[in-house]
Amino acid sequence: MTKLSDIAKTIRSKNAGTDKITFDVIFPDAAAYERVKGSGVMTRESMAALYRIDPARITDFVAFDPALAIKFTVLRERPSGSPGDGDIFGAQQYAPLLELDVP
Amino acid sequence: MSRSMKMICPNGHLGFAPTREGSFALGVETNPDIIAADSGSDDVGPVPLGSDTSTSPLAWQTHDLELMLLASRARGVPMIIGSAGDTGSNSRVDLYVRIIRELAAKHRLKPFKVGWFHSEIDRDWLRAKMRRGDAVTGLDARPDLDDAELDATDRIVALAGVHPYIRLLDMGADVIIGGRSSDAALFAAPAIRAGYPEALSYYLGKVLECASFCAEPYGGKETVLGEITDTEVRVTAMHPDQRCTVASVAGHAMYERSNPFYEYVAGGCLDMSECRYEQIGPKTTRVTGPKFVPSDRIRVKLEGSGKIGERFVGLVGIRDPYTIANVDRVIGWAREKARERFGNADYELHYNVYVRDGIMGASDPDRDRPAHELCVMVQGIAPTAEMAEEVCMTGTRQMFYARLPDVKGTAGSVAFALDEVMRASPAYRWTLNHTVGIDDPLEVFPCRVEQVG
Repeated sequence: MTKLSDIAKTIRSKNAGTDKITFDVIFPDAAAYERVKGSGVMTRESMAALYRIDPARITDFVAFDPALAIKFTVLRERPSGSPGDGDIFGAQQYAPLLELDVP
Repeated sequence: MSRSMKMICPNGHLGFAPTREGSFALGVETNPDIIAADSGSDDVGPVPLGSDTSTSPLAWQTHDLELMLLASRARGVPMIIGSAGDTGSNSRVDLYVRIIRELAAKHRLKPFKVGWFHSEIDRDWLRAKMRRGDAVTGLDARPDLDDAELDATDRIVALAGVHPYIRLLDMGADVIIGGRSSDAALFAAPAIRAGYPEALSYYLGKVLECASFCAEPYGGKETVLGEITDTEVRVTAMHPDQRCTVASVAGHAMYERSNPFYEYVAGGCLDMSECRYEQIGPKTTRVTGPKFVPSDRIRVKLEGSGKIGERFVGLVGIRDPYTIANVDRVIGWAREKARERFGNADYELHYNVYVRDGIMGASDPDRDRPAHELCVMVQGIAPTAEMAEEVCMTGTRQMFYARLPDVKGTAGSVAFALDEVMRASPAYRWTLNHTVGIDDPLEVFPCRVEQVG
């Protein structure tokens, strides 16, 4: 089984303002991009399940052809930097995507 | 050849990490018309804005300002800084203006004009607006602002659009130090003032604001060159090993944004959904097709931070697998001891359990598989430092005494590398992520220009 980290060029997460974290998965070529885009492995529902959150917390889910990228954005549980937040920049939230199985 | 305007951006967050000088020198050699950089971000959390401090060291801020000031004065072209000192608060703007004056004296620069504007919003001004029925509208699923949340706020900044930058250029400023601003605005302003199309001007700002983050391979703090004409924007990496490609430039449009197609600024929305990207040179990509949709009334975004309390931090290690499996009971024990001591008093205890789910919390799919040792970070927060220290000490040391029914080790449930709790920055939270309508785009951004030297 292929892992997402085997075929994506970039897998990252970062704050989008104070209340959201945005995830970018960028592919090196159209073949890899279309393969994942068409596989159904990355959808609003599957990402909500992976991150154990209510799908309503995913505010945006976009396939962005010019950048060969799939992008989604999640409302934070609490604003960035509130006490108890373990990731002020939202920079390490992408890790579970690395191991995603791609058919 | 039609007319064009060239801008270089050496750093996506001036001061946060030092500008790389090699590619900046190459950028300066291209004869730019403008040298500009953004210096702030809400990425750094609510503490700097709330406590009115910088998270960037003064030495790095000065280093970057010195590089840009000397190049700007040697070339006789404007230097523009936005969101001074991480937060763009008034004290940070004044600090940067002072650094500019000191650098001018140090290098005996010929006289020039420094211009600046402030972005802080007075709470009473905002309250009066609310009383008149002007809603302060919540962003990102936040409710509209109410009196209680406003009362809990220590400092508010508004994000300026192009307006104060254009005004300061009109007033003859050679160096501009901006308060909190939309990143794209400080680059768009000189282009719009020169008559270039708004859509391309804002796009230029959008692509330049993070410097080399729009280039590949990855490498921050390197200079990029943007050039605008009446029909297109061209962006070029200055570092010898970096290129601006279709993928890197298009990819940057979505960086730190919830949606890659739309960018909101005071005065309208940049629509990038029909942008076309073409590689026109080894290091250069051309962009055409952005649109700008002006808004009916100007709404400015507000950021506000409010203090929760003084804060202490403790660190705890756990090695016993049984205790690791029951770490939540250990934490529960310590919380109960704090409750017994402080009752319903105004305090908070927070636990991050590292090597289990300290980074992601309940979202972590692997939280059921903790490692063979854990580190727990304890935060104690209370109105006074004295009480915060005791809250944190209770929440930390009582983990040592936690009583688990089947534990073999009865001499102490956890390990301490430091048998102490440490004072941290006070705890703050983002109280405002809102917008408010204004009638005059300069109303909340007072501008001044003064001679230096």
